[in-house]
Amino acid sequence: MAVIEVTDLRRTFVVRSKGGRLRRERREVVAVDGVSFGIDAGEVVGFIGPNGAGKSTTIKMLTGILVPTSGRLHVDGLDPSRRRTELARRIGVVFGHRSGLWWDLPLRDSFALLARIYDVPRDRYRTNLATLVELLDLAPLLDVPVRQLSLGQRMRGDIAAALLHDPPILYLDEPTIGLDLISKARLRDFLRDLNAERGTTIMLTTHDLVDIEHICRRVMVIDAGRLVFDGDLTALQRVGGATRTVVVDLETQLEPVRVPGTTVTRVEGPRQWLSFPAHSSAAPIVSALAAAYDVVDLSIQEPAIEDVIRLLYAAG
Amino acid sequence: MASSLRAYGLIAGAWVRASMTYRASFVAMTVGQALITLIDFAAIAIMFSHIDELGGFTLGEVALLYGMSGFALGAADLLMGNTEQLGRRVRDGSFDAMLVRPVAPLVQIAADQFALRRVGRITQAVAVLGWGLAASNIDWSVPKVLVLLATLVSGSVIFCAVFVLGGAFQVLAGDATEVMNAFTYGGNTLTQFPLSIYPAEVVRSVTFIVPLAFVNWYPALYLLDVEDPFGLPSALQYASPVAAVLAAAAAAVAWRAGVRRYRSTGS
Repeated sequence: MAVIEVTDLRRTFVVRSKGGRLRRERREVVAVDGVSFGIDAGEVVGFIGPNGAGKSTTIKMLTGILVPTSGRLHVDGLDPSRRRTELARRIGVVFGHRSGLWWDLPLRDSFALLARIYDVPRDRYRTNLATLVELLDLAPLLDVPVRQLSLGQRMRGDIAAALLHDPPILYLDEPTIGLDLISKARLRDFLRDLNAERGTTIMLTTHDLVDIEHICRRVMVIDAGRLVFDGDLTALQRVGGATRTVVVDLETQLEPVRVPGTTVTRVEGPRQWLSFPAHSSAAPIVSALAAAYDVVDLSIQEPAIEDVIRLLYAAG
Repeated sequence: MASSLRAYGLIAGAWVRASMTYRASFVAMTVGQALITLIDFAAIAIMFSHIDELGGFTLGEVALLYGMSGFALGAADLLMGNTEQLGRRVRDGSFDAMLVRPVAPLVQIAADQFALRRVGRITQAVAVLGWGLAASNIDWSVPKVLVLLATLVSGSVIFCAVFVLGGAFQVLAGDATEVMNAFTYGGNTLTQFPLSIYPAEVVRSVTFIVPLAFVNWYPALYLLDVEDPFGLPSALQYASPVAAVLAAAAAAVAWRAGVRRYRSTGS
C-alpha cells in the first residue's frame, strides 16, 4: 500500500533581482516540475540529484513546510500542507544541515521534552530511548548541551529525536553530509536495521551513491525539477552505463594489464586504472589481478552521482 | 488552545529546569536585572530633584505611569520576548524544524529559551508601581481597582501583540529585530513619561496606530482623575481591554499571514 503518493507535483519560486536602476525583475524559477511517484510502506528510497535539483523542496512539501504550487500529494492519507501538525505526529524529519534539537539544552532534556510534546506514553518513551541510546551509542552524550556536540554526534542525536514517537515514516535530508567514514557506516547500518526491524518507511536525500548502495532498494534521480529515473540502483547503473574503477599499483611498470571484463583507461608508471560496469562485482577482477600480477595495492572508485546523471542523459 | 498552553508550559519548564542547574548564576542574573532597571528609574527621580512636575505630573504619578508600562513590557518580554530570535531562525533554517512538530510554531518560538530571570524587570516595575500608587493622590473606588488590574493584563497583551507583529514581520523580512525593538523597548521608554510632554501627533499614533497609550496613559488619567490634556474622549480611559483585544487580533492575523507566506514562498 502506498503511504506516499505524489501526482504531478509542481513548485515554483519567484525570484526578484535588480533589473535596471529602479526596476526589479520578477522571475519565476521552477524548482519541482511535475513529479509523480508512489512509495509503499516499508520501502527505503534514495532521492538523489545535483544541488538545486529540487530534492529539498520536494521533502519540504512532503513534510508540509512548503505549500505546493500545484499537484496532488498524500502522506499516510493526509494532505501535508493542510494538515501539517497532524502529520507531524506520524513522521520523523532530520535535516542534515541544521538541528531540530534545542541548542542549549542537554540531549537528555531535549528528548524528554520531545516525548512530552509528542505525547509518547512513559513506558514507550523509556524503551524507545533505551533502544536508541544503545543503537546510536548516545549514552556518553546525554548530558552534553547540543551545541557542544560534534557534527556526527549531533546527527545521531537528531535521528534519535526524530524516532522517539515511533513515526512510520522517516525523512532524512542529507543525513551523511559532513560525516566521517566511520560515522557514515554506522548510520547506514542503523537505518538498515530500523527498516528491517520496525518496517519504517525511509526516504533520504543524499549526494553520496554509497549511501544508496548500502541502504536503498530503490533510487529516484531528480534533475532540474524532473524525475529522470526511478528504479533500483543496479538498473540505474545499467541504464547509465556507469562504470566503477579499480586503481591498482603494480610491482613494476607494465603494459596495460589484461583482465576479462575490464578495460584499462589510464596508465601512470606502475599505477593503472581499470574500469568495469558498475553493476558487476569487483571481487573476480581483484582476484584475477592478484593471481596474474604482483599487486602492491589497490582501491575501488565509485562513480560520482553527477557522472551517473550525465550518462543517464547520454543514454537518452 | 489548551494544548498550545500545555506545550508552552512544557518547553518553558525545560528551560527553567536547565537554568536552575546553575542556581547561583540564576539568582545573580535576576537580581542584576532588577537592579539595572532600578537605576533606570533612579534617573527619572534625579530629574525631579530639579523640577517639581513633568508635563503636569508629579514624581509619584510618573512612577505610576512607569510602573504600569514596565510591568506590561516585562510580562510580555517574559512570555513572548524570544520572538526576537525569529529572524535568525528563519535565516538559519531552524524555523523549518518548528514547522514539522505537532505544536504551533508561535508557541515554540515564544517558549524557546524561556528566561525566568526576566522576572527581575517585573519585580522592579511592581515596586515602582506600588510606590507610585502610594505617592499619588488617588481617590480609590472599586471601579478604579478593576481598571488598574484590567490595565496590567491588557497592557501585557498589547506588548505581546507588538512582539508577535514584529515576529510576523521577521518571518517575511528575514531580519527586523531593530524595527521590532523600536516598538517594544522604544515604546516602553516613550510611555514611561506622561504623554502630555509629546506633540499631539505622537499621542494620536500611540492611540490609534500602535495602541501603546492604553498600556498606562489613558487608565492613569482615570485613576488620577485628570482631564485629558489633548481633549480626547474620556471613554478611551476604560478602553484598554478593547485595545488589547484589537491588537491581539491584528497580531494573530499578521502572524498567520506571515507563516502562510513563508510556506508559500519558501523565503
